[in-house]
Amino acid sequence: MSGSSSRGRLSALADRWLPKLVLSPTLAASLIFVYGFIAWTGWLSFTESRLMPRYEWAGVVQYQALFENERWWTAAANLGLFGGLFILFCLLVGLLMAVLLDQKIRAEGALRTVYLYPMALSFVVTGTAWKWMLNPDMGLQKVVVDLGFTDFTFDWLVNPDMSIYTVVIAGVWQSSGFVMALFLAGLRGIDDSIIKAAQVDGASLPTIYRRILIPSLRPVFFSVLLILSHIAIKSFDLVMALTGGGPGNSSDVPAIFMYQFAFTRGQLGVGAASAMMMLFTIVAVLVPLMYMETRSAKRV
Amino acid sequence: MAALSINNVCKTYANGTDVLKGINIAIEDGEFLILVGPSGCGKSTLLNMIAGLDDISSGDIAIGNKRVNELSPKDRDIAMVFQSYALYPSMTVRENISFGLEIRKTPRAEIDATVKRVAEMLQITHLLERKPGQMSGGQRQRVAMGRALARNPAIFLFDEPLSNLDAKLRVEMRTEIKLMHQRLKSTIVYVTHDQIEAMTLGDKIAVMKDGIVQQFGSPQEIYDNPANLFVAGFIGSPSMNFIPATVVQSGNDIGVKVCDDRGCVVLPLPHDQAKLANWVGKEVIFGIRPEQITDARTAYRDGLPVMACHIDVIEPTGPDTLVFVSLNNTKVCCRTHPTEAKYPGESMELVFDVSKAVLFDPKTEARIV
Amino acid sequence: MFKNLTVGRALVYAALLLMAIYYLLPLYVMLTTSFKSLDDIREGNMLALPQLWQGGAWSKAWAEACTGVECNGMQGFFWNSIKMTLPAVAISTLLGAVNGYVVSMWRFKGSDALFTMLLVGCFIPFQVVLLPMAQLLGYLGLANTTAGLVLVHVVYGTAFTTLFFRNFYITVPDELVKAARIDGAGFWTIFFRILLPISGPIFVVCIIWQFTQIWNDFLFGVVFAAGESQPITVALNNLVNTSTGVKEYNVDMAAAIIAALPTLFVYMVAGRYFVRGLTAGAVKG
Repeated sequence: MSGSSSRGRLSALADRWLPKLVLSPTLAASLIFVYGFIAWTGWLSFTESRLMPRYEWAGVVQYQALFENERWWTAAANLGLFGGLFILFCLLVGLLMAVLLDQKIRAEGALRTVYLYPMALSFVVTGTAWKWMLNPDMGLQKVVVDLGFTDFTFDWLVNPDMSIYTVVIAGVWQSSGFVMALFLAGLRGIDDSIIKAAQVDGASLPTIYRRILIPSLRPVFFSVLLILSHIAIKSFDLVMALTGGGPGNSSDVPAIFMYQFAFTRGQLGVGAASAMMMLFTIVAVLVPLMYMETRSAKRV
Repeated sequence: MAALSINNVCKTYANGTDVLKGINIAIEDGEFLILVGPSGCGKSTLLNMIAGLDDISSGDIAIGNKRVNELSPKDRDIAMVFQSYALYPSMTVRENISFGLEIRKTPRAEIDATVKRVAEMLQITHLLERKPGQMSGGQRQRVAMGRALARNPAIFLFDEPLSNLDAKLRVEMRTEIKLMHQRLKSTIVYVTHDQIEAMTLGDKIAVMKDGIVQQFGSPQEIYDNPANLFVAGFIGSPSMNFIPATVVQSGNDIGVKVCDDRGCVVLPLPHDQAKLANWVGKEVIFGIRPEQITDARTAYRDGLPVMACHIDVIEPTGPDTLVFVSLNNTKVCCRTHPTEAKYPGESMELVFDVSKAVLFDPKTEARIV
Repeated sequence: MFKNLTVGRALVYAALLLMAIYYLLPLYVMLTTSFKSLDDIREGNMLALPQLWQGGAWSKAWAEACTGVECNGMQGFFWNSIKMTLPAVAISTLLGAVNGYVVSMWRFKGSDALFTMLLVGCFIPFQVVLLPMAQLLGYLGLANTTAGLVLVHVVYGTAFTTLFFRNFYITVPDELVKAARIDGAGFWTIFFRILLPISGPIFVVCIIWQFTQIWNDFLFGVVFAAGESQPITVALNNLVNTSTGVKEYNVDMAAAIIAALPTLFVYMVAGRYFVRGLTAGAVKG
């Protein structure tokens, strides 16, 4: 009797500790590999580390070096330009396609499959494909010239003023289908009786979309914005594969800047400082977005 | 089977809210205990604490004579039926029923015999190979009961087991649960927010509100002798009428003064006159159940006060007709015989059975007499 | 059947079809180019079909193309990616399942905060962990190895997989776990006997998501692997951006398709789950 009851106490104890025990390796990993490493990078950004890491405090020299570096500002400006256009076009294209697909379309499944497959591809593959499509000698330019428009030029890929826009084209191609899927799921999630009520009130289809359905997609809108800005700030592989940051540094972005300074130029300190700047950017963009998302989700 | 005693049990959440504030309940072996109250009163928390699914902040719970505070659910010798039934979706009915026995390493032959016996008792033998997804709500409910029965525990715990069923099925299952209890003489703790379930099923009822047991007693005690305004209003349907009134002395009698738009009468109260004397001239709440205000034919006793009242609305229910009048500017429900009820706008003589009426202090809501 | 086909609907269909062409065009160009000869590419039109269908570029991409100094094609890197992806997917998915089970069904004081802490790992730009990770892998002797990449992908993938499983398990009523506890089942019995049997769909979603993410990764591959141990995405980039010799676009395209085949295949077979994974990953707030 006392044996069974002490065993009972033991198993009650096991139930209490086992969940924590099971979670602890992941938590430890997160503490080290996320929080610890961020702190480590943060520390490196305040040292004189160049080829090899050094751990003596050196103040903000690396940030000074970073802010005096013209290439960094090119990369930052490119990120703003690319991010803004990428998000804008993904939203427009994605929303338009979602609304069109919502019209009880035949073969909707097949069309969705087509719109979404780029999302399964690596950005490197996308970059490779578009690099070929946008090739000024043999790509789309030649197709149009062959059609008889002999003066047509489309050399954005090798034009330092335009190269960042090719990244926008390829990026939108890859990600807009995903935005469509999210908006479509949002549209399908809206209570049917709302639409019926609006129809009974005499609203036309465009009015129903403009005044009722699209406004009620607010929470989805914030999720999409969150994901797209995240993709934009982290974008590295697409640019590497498509332009390599070139011609010159004309399509450089912070992720490439960080990679090159930290790993190919032996300037660990500047690399760490630029990585921290990327982290701050993400926090600055994501935190307000998340705040708005939770607020709008609560309201709906 | 075993008795259950709950001594001064409290529950405080991490954020400091007190969910239960010193609960004391004791029932005998074989008794059917109902925990009833509005949502948020702590009844489900208390049940979870009896089951061992929630920690006890202070106080003791004993099953039989054994303190079980630190025991994990499986060592408390209990079985539980959940509101959502909580049938394991990937298992057949047979596996659902035998799972607990299997875990306890019961011999196979014994498990099979138990499953067979329980299935026959609940008439679910034909469902044994089905999965929960292929059954109706009523069938799932039976399986959930079967799973509890198979374990033959010291105490059965029911957490609002009927609230997901439609009205007709709910009444049927209520009777079956009662039959089961009468046959097995099992100790049961049953949580519900439905006062009809509480009245029909329980040997003992604990009416709870705000983490406190407002009254603990037999159904009839609680119905006839509510401890306070809350219990009086919560138990009984339609609810007890609460009429604000003044206690007055008229001749030798002490009574309450009630008025409608045409005049006033004093309803003399046969209760403890000494207690009433303290309240003369003061405001009270006069509580009287609908069946205690009725027509002359239904109220077969003589000598009860009568008042002619102006009828606002009537609601025929079939066996009775509910007549609504206005007394002291309060809507009052009276239960009358269908053939005696008059129509709205007419006047009707109503008999007040004041012997069972109760008075409450309007400030403390406590019972006066 | 044509009764409903008004002008408006015809426009809708036209627009949708046009979009479909836009999405399919790169795939079409990749495929046709990969089967063309170099002369065909130089003289012909990008949108034209090959004058002569040739598989030569494919065999070259697989076995002979130069990715830097080496000229052994994509084959070795393809297997590298497989050797990296399979264990990383398996480990991160299992960890995520158990973690998700804990944070949804066995909540304890502070568990929500810990879960939020884990989630931060989904949002950080990985650039902030690259330098310390490179150092650590060096100390551990895992630099430039597939095992090192597996470790990295497991560490940073588990936040996502935990989220997937947690979001799935919170839709399972917790009364199920209570019932099982009363029936006498412990932590692991409940997981294996009650929850795993109903977790099929979320496993598919999670595995597909992780497979796509890890197979397609470039950043970790290019930073933590070199030469022989590179995953296929890095090799493809090297192949395409090698500036020496004649540019062989047909080989580039064949190599790109080879790199994309596994994830495309998964998408074709289990697209339904793929979309669900994307949307589930999206609602991570």
